[in-house]
Amino acid sequence: MADLSINFAGIKSPNPFWLASAPPANSGDQVHRAFEAGWGGAVWKTIGGPVLNVSNRYGAWHSGAQRMLAINNIELISDRPLEINLREIRDVKRNWPGRAVIVSAMVESKPAAWRTIVRQIEDTGADGIELNYGCPHGMSERGMGAAVGQVPEYCQQITAWVKEVSQLPVIVKLTPNVTNIVLPARAALAGGADALSLINTVNSIIGIDLDTLELSPSVGGKGGHGGYAGPAIKPIALNLLAALATDPELAKSNLPVSGMGGIATWRDAAEFLLLGATSLQVCTTVMHYGFRVVEDLIDGLSNWMNEKGFRTIADFQGRSVPRLSDFGNFDLSFRVVARIDQARCIKCNLCYVACHDTAHQCIDLITAHPEHRPHPQVREADCVGCRLCYNVCPVEKCIEMVEVPSGRAPLTWAQLAQAEPAVAEDWEAMKKYRDRHGIHIH
Amino acid sequence: MNGLTEALPPLSGHEALVEANRCLFCYDAPCTQACPTHIDIPRFIKKISTGNLTGSARTIFDANLLGATCARVCPVQELCEGACVLGSEHKPIAIGRLQRHTMDHAYSHGAAMPTVGAPTGFHVGVVGAGPAGLSCAGELARRGHAVTVYEKRDLGGGLSTYGIIALREPVGVALAEVEMIRNLGVRVLSGVEFGRDVTLDSLIGDHSAVFLSLGLGRTPDLGIRGEEHLVDGLEFIEQSKTSPAGPHVGRDVLVIGAGNTAIDCATIAKRLGAARVTILYRRTANEMTAYTHEYRFIQNEGVRFEFLTQPVEAIIDEGRLTGLRCRRMQRTGRGLPEPVSGSDFTLPADQIVKAIGQQKPPAFRGLETDRGYLRINDEMETSLAGVYAGGDCVRARGSASTVMAVQDGKRAAAAIHKALTGLIS
Ligand SMILES: Cc1cc2nc3c(=O)[nH]c(=O)nc-3n(C[C@H](O)[C@H](O)[C@H](O)COP(=O)(O)OP(=O)(O)OC[C@H]3O[C@@H](n4cnc5c(N)ncnc54)[C@H](O)[C@@H]3O)c2cc1C
Ligand SMILES: Cc1cc2nc3c(=O)[nH]c(=O)nc-3n(C[C@H](O)[C@H](O)[C@H](O)COP(=O)(O)O)c2cc1C
Ligand code: SF4
Repeated sequence: MADLSINFAGIKSPNPFWLASAPPANSGDQVHRAFEAGWGGAVWKTIGGPVLNVSNRYGAWHSGAQRMLAINNIELISDRPLEINLREIRDVKRNWPGRAVIVSAMVESKPAAWRTIVRQIEDTGADGIELNYGCPHGMSERGMGAAVGQVPEYCQQITAWVKEVSQLPVIVKLTPNVTNIVLPARAALAGGADALSLINTVNSIIGIDLDTLELSPSVGGKGGHGGYAGPAIKPIALNLLAALATDPELAKSNLPVSGMGGIATWRDAAEFLLLGATSLQVCTTVMHYGFRVVEDLIDGLSNWMNEKGFRTIADFQGRSVPRLSDFGNFDLSFRVVARIDQARCIKCNLCYVACHDTAHQCIDLITAHPEHRPHPQVREADCVGCRLCYNVCPVEKCIEMVEVPSGRAPLTWAQLAQAEPAVAEDWEAMKKYRDRHGIHIH
Repeated sequence: MNGLTEALPPLSGHEALVEANRCLFCYDAPCTQACPTHIDIPRFIKKISTGNLTGSARTIFDANLLGATCARVCPVQELCEGACVLGSEHKPIAIGRLQRHTMDHAYSHGAAMPTVGAPTGFHVGVVGAGPAGLSCAGELARRGHAVTVYEKRDLGGGLSTYGIIALREPVGVALAEVEMIRNLGVRVLSGVEFGRDVTLDSLIGDHSAVFLSLGLGRTPDLGIRGEEHLVDGLEFIEQSKTSPAGPHVGRDVLVIGAGNTAIDCATIAKRLGAARVTILYRRTANEMTAYTHEYRFIQNEGVRFEFLTQPVEAIIDEGRLTGLRCRRMQRTGRGLPEPVSGSDFTLPADQIVKAIGQQKPPAFRGLETDRGYLRINDEMETSLAGVYAGGDCVRARGSASTVMAVQDGKRAAAAIHKALTGLIS
């Protein structure tokens, strides 16, 4: 049987699934019920100074029949009094010693304020502290959240203040709203962070009501940017996770990373782990379906691990990282072409129009019989293997990308540019190179 | 056999995914409440949508060991799908077909197959290898009890094997389930008849507890002249499933009765080449016990109905059946319709199939009955301590179905386990 337990910077958890710091982890009663449902840990909704929330807090992106592919929020940190939060954190931890209880915090950028909150958190018996440098709205207007996360120097400074007083593992939560995620991550490392987590929500405007012309969500007629989260942001999160995994400085430090952003199923979870995350946090999916989703997160991941022969999370954690590479290192001689299984084809001809109008005009419509609808056929010699038709085809296993020999020895762009610099700089040289190697682009 | 293979094709992986993604994943879902075995339906469907078919199968097996049969034979319009919240405005989720998708995966990949519990030393005897008996035997084996099933016929599966037409469930599906139960260490002894080869006393002597699930009997007699020329509907269906040559089918076929069995017999006759098939019923369409969707289905097959018609005598000419003398009935009040005197007429027929239900279970000394069915209490126990019963043989009220038999077997196993070990599970 698969063992899902993890040790994250010294924080032990029976499985990698934690509630992200957000509404699902807003109170003792909620976290208690989440633990009953099987969650391995919870990062408490961010605590800090006094705030007041507004209503109409969440907008959402629905696609077709699929509700809430993403949510967008203009909510602040916890609006419950600090002592109540601290008391409930203490109670939950006492009742659930085997689960990970981490407290997210955000206070004014002053050493004294951070010292105080750290002591208060330590007194609850919690297992760790997460520094929220991510909140992209509201709190940032008051100089906190993303206003810190976007400036590496502040990031390092505050982390250092916290580390000076904290006995607990300190996790720095990064905002994705930066041009290079590696810089704040390195700053956190320099400030002494024990771990990183990412991503917080993405800056966004979710939409406009075409009847009222107001932004959504509308607060009495006004609206603005908010934090974007949910399944739609997963690709962004994976990319930023990969950026941390491939940075040599961060890689050397071995800082564990708690991954989040769009985790909806165990498949998503496995992908985050394969790119190097140690623990996983979930918010929007829980907001959609409730705590019970953890059951299939655990069950699906365990079954997959059993099928693959992975006994522990460590057995496959980071396994896809060595596959990460740059364009310059991809093999230019690797060749695939699209092949359509005519027996499966339903002749929707979406592949035809996609290729004909927007790719390389190498799918023909063949009329085999005047009374039959024409069917699509690939001219393989002209196919560049872009995979667009494969992606638009609505029929399972109908179009497959098949590897074919290119007749050329493996060669990357980096190698080519070094061996024959002219080819990379001059179209005439490139033309000659193509002719020499039989590369005909139609 | 032409026209008698499984009617619905399996869903492709993509179709299943699309359908599974339509499921709203309701909280405290009505489909789960409507399923007699209370399968956690949104959960197994959600697992299809995440590509966790192993977990999906386990979810089904947890509540229902015969999920592959139920996925095919359950009157889902009346049960889970009938309760789906999408039913009123849109199309309900195709729960039966999704369940079949998962079960087909489980059986073809050997995924999530139920496993045996640690041995308890108890040994339970089960009579009848139909859905109720197999469910009970399997659930007991899961809890570590040794189980022997006594089955009088050659093959296990009960009516799933012999009685439900292949259009709905091919024999192979039922037999694979028997095999799955055998793989739990359950001994299924075939060709052993209760009342002849073993008795209630011998079973009580040999076992820690006994579960009776022997279903119902043959088709009862109509009590008309020429009865011996009539075909028993249950045998007719059985031959269509298990005999390679199939049943003999006439040109002009009359089917007597208007329950689901009559519809099944008419379907077989029509699909195997009868020129005309007519269903006779002494009441009206409103009182038919067949499900509405079945009634609609058979009308589309081109089968005619003679309502308010009662059989009087089979007409035999030189030893050959040529027709059926019938009498018209009429409504007089709220009760049974009454014969109209002088209304007799003859319908030509070279084959008459009677499908008027099944005989009640035989009486056993020491076991009390309720309207001819075995009487049980809330714990599924008969009037004899340690002897339990379930399935069609206790179904004194309501219409009998496979899934209810499965649930009976499951409940009885839990009650037997509790009685033997004091444990609740
Ligand atoms: C023609 C027909 C079609 C049906 N179609 C459907 C359908 O589509 N969907 C649905 O849900 N339900 C259907 N049903 C009802 C369903 O088949 C039954 O409710 C279900 O099979 C009951 O299960 P059981 O285990 O109680 O009895 P059975 O399935 O009848 O099994 C009883 C078993 O006990 C054995 N047995 C009997 N006497 C003895 C003895 N003395 N010693 C040893 N063994 C014995 C029998 O051989 C049999 O194997 C149909 C019924 C019929 C007759
Ligand atoms: C309504 C809402 C409120 C949030 N509040 C906080 C917060 O107080 N502190 C914090 O660190 N992150 C907060 N987040 C961000 C989440 O913790 C998480 O980083 C983000 O939602 C991405 O995960 P997801 O795609 O699973 O939702 C909030 C997110 C949402 C949707
Ligand atoms: S989810 Fe609850 S709190 Fe939010 S608007 Fe609806 S009823 Fe009010």
